[in-house]
Amino acid sequence: MTLPLAQRGSTRLRAGSARRRVAIRGLTGTLLFVLILEAVPRLGLVNPAYLPPFSEIMVALGAQAATPAFWTLLGQTVFGWFTGLIIALVAGIALGMFIGSLKWVREATHSTIEFLRPIPSVALIPLAVILFGTDMRSTLLLVVYATFWQVLIQVLSGVQDVDPIARETARSYRFRPLTQLRSLVWPTALPYVMTGVRLGASVALILEITGELVIGSPGIGKQIVLSQTAGQVATMYAFVIVAGMLGVAVNLGTRLLERRVLRWHTSIRRDQEGSP
Amino acid sequence: MNTTRSEGDASLLEVQHVRKVYSSGGTEFEAIRDLDFRVSDGEFLCIVGPSGAGKTTLLRCIGGLLDVTSGSVSLAGARVTSPPEGMAIVFQEYGRSLFPWLTVRQNVELPLREKKVPATRRAELVSDALEAVGLAHVPDSYPWQLSGGMQQRVAIARAVAYQPRILLMDEPFAAVDAQTRAELEDLVFSLWKSLQVTVVFVTHDIDEAIYLGQRVLVLSNSPTSVLEDVPIPLPKARDQLRTRSLPEFNELRQKIHRLVQTAKRTMIT
Repeated sequence: MTLPLAQRGSTRLRAGSARRRVAIRGLTGTLLFVLILEAVPRLGLVNPAYLPPFSEIMVALGAQAATPAFWTLLGQTVFGWFTGLIIALVAGIALGMFIGSLKWVREATHSTIEFLRPIPSVALIPLAVILFGTDMRSTLLLVVYATFWQVLIQVLSGVQDVDPIARETARSYRFRPLTQLRSLVWPTALPYVMTGVRLGASVALILEITGELVIGSPGIGKQIVLSQTAGQVATMYAFVIVAGMLGVAVNLGTRLLERRVLRWHTSIRRDQEGSP
Repeated sequence: MNTTRSEGDASLLEVQHVRKVYSSGGTEFEAIRDLDFRVSDGEFLCIVGPSGAGKTTLLRCIGGLLDVTSGSVSLAGARVTSPPEGMAIVFQEYGRSLFPWLTVRQNVELPLREKKVPATRRAELVSDALEAVGLAHVPDSYPWQLSGGMQQRVAIARAVAYQPRILLMDEPFAAVDAQTRAELEDLVFSLWKSLQVTVVFVTHDIDEAIYLGQRVLVLSNSPTSVLEDVPIPLPKARDQLRTRSLPEFNELRQKIHRLVQTAKRTMIT
């Protein structure tokens, strides 16, 4: 797979210009979308009371961003999301490694996991409210519950994926069980763990906003409802946009992390292969 | 190595009436019927047989990776029930045997860490082993950045650095091209001479077996037994062209080829 240097260079150049073209198209699309959002209410196609022009939403967002309260709310949402994600990750990874490593535990827990996993997290809202009221912990419970399964299922598949030859290699060199877990099982499971992190981070954000919205625990989600009841439609949209931007940031962040952690993995290494 | 090497003919590995039956569900499959042979300390033994002759099963039984159904395997007098000390295995599937998340150096070093070799000695062993297989220039590359032949060299370096008394090789060069294969054969042969390690080399390639071995064990079709134990009285200095064009080499090739052909045809029941 080694191309002559000149050719390889031009491939890279071509790839670069292709990427630029995609970026330009993406930007054009976004601009068009914003223009439509601006034009539709101004032309009277929809009632501006339900959908204010985009510029008004931006003005409302600017006004919000200027207040310290906004940043406190944003901080509360991010804190709730992150805490829930970390708890789910630690629990999912630890339990997943344990359950996945022992065949009989895996078989004994399989049916229970398959029963608990499909329960929609939001179905637990009444329970959460009974336990913690409208406290942040109510939402945290939902976030942890939903995210935990995402992580656990991935870790379980990851632990199963150890290559038999790699396993025999480790055994033939007399690796102790703990060394096998650390130097073979964990790196094998890591790509799955990263998928769990990526899916879990998105699910955690959805549940965080849902919890705030429905239960009324403090954060961006609660602010969406409050603006709506106060009739501040532009502000409501401003918070919706903030929630959306959080989602984009979470996705970008986890992808970046994935690329860093899995340098060696087939899905990432394609561009460096065959060039020692 | 903590045991001193014993005198010439003492057998290091004893395979006594080994039988291996795989059973899954209600069906049983007899892979090995009865295998009985010894390998002397310092010997280079090649095992050939038709494909599906249970060569790999045998090697895994010797390596303690598989339990035998009856009979026994002993290494230096101790019965093998799990991978024993002082043994290294080189697998055919180098790409799966090396850890892709570790660099070449880390791959070679990992078993030494597990053996609790002190850091300075470890570094020495790793660089010596990489030097010996001709890979001193790529310690910080990842295995997947190297060609197939180079990857198998890494696996061999890992085994060499481990300083085993016995080295088991399971069709190690079946997946590399002919040119690389010849180079790797010469590498293994020179390592065997310089390290005085005992080698059990499984292959389906008759020429390779004669070229490398002091003795060739010809296996029957499955269920496996030993068809014949052929000594290889070739001069100890090997050369890809000269050795392979010796009249003795040719005779041995014909003899073993006939044996393998018979083994393929006759199903022993």
